[in-house]
Amino acid sequence: MTYEEGIFYVVAGMTVIGALGVVVARNVVHSALFLILALVAVAGLFLLLSAEFLAIVQVLIYGGAVTILILFAMMLTRVRDVPQALDGPQRPFAAMAAAAFLSVTILAVVGTDWEALGATEKINVIPIEALGDVLFRNWAVPFELASLVLIVALIGAIVLARGEEGE
Amino acid sequence: MLSEWGHVGFLIVLALVFPLGGVATSWLFARLRIRPDAPDPVKEDTYECGVVTEGPTWVQFNFRYYYFALLFVIFDVEAVFLYPWAVSFRRVAVAGFVEVLTFVIILSIGLGYAWRKKALEWT
Repeated sequence: MTYEEGIFYVVAGMTVIGALGVVVARNVVHSALFLILALVAVAGLFLLLSAEFLAIVQVLIYGGAVTILILFAMMLTRVRDVPQALDGPQRPFAAMAAAAFLSVTILAVVGTDWEALGATEKINVIPIEALGDVLFRNWAVPFELASLVLIVALIGAIVLARGEEGE
Repeated sequence: MLSEWGHVGFLIVLALVFPLGGVATSWLFARLRIRPDAPDPVKEDTYECGVVTEGPTWVQFNFRYYYFALLFVIFDVEAVFLYPWAVSFRRVAVAGFVEVLTFVIILSIGLGYAWRKKALEWT
């Protein structure tokens, strides 16, 4: 076992522990903290695959912004009602849906002929510089469009939040 | 490349060992009866000094905070786009600068809108 494999198993284990913690924790805030662990560990997996930019995005957007949003949403709602609401009559259906999704995913991973799709043992490293060059030279218009998408999201969020507040 | 990130891994290990080591040593010393073990309700309190904590930890926060969270998410995504620019800043030169400037200006309009709509103010 190479040391990369060792790191992989540690990081993958952290991901699984985090993901299990999200489901098992009785306290919703603890679930959110476990979610941060799982997402940051996934960033570690990206790093092992030499996908630096994805790792940065994973930590900043998912580990930072998305979990902050979830934590804020919990702080702003009456969380005292939540522990009862976590267990519902849909529980067996949720388990069935999760099991079905897991089996479909495993079947897809096992059934795909990865080598036919061009997968190799060697990691094709794409440095962040190359990404920046391509983004600002060839894909300038989609890049500017991203800012428009963001501004629409911003205005939409403010309009929705103000509407809920009842002016 | 992985070895460069090894420094980060070293910091993670340090960040885990430093606090966990203290707690583990304290627990071990209590077990070996090296340190005295005298629990006290004041010691078990969240803050040993200052105002006595009252009520549950979870209180409903003001809804206004959510605006800041939303704005944070938007500008966090913006910051992600600035990373590749920072790395290839010299090679994309003026064209890249103009592109990023346009990008930031468009988002500044959004910030101005939030400001105008008093989303950044307490009323």
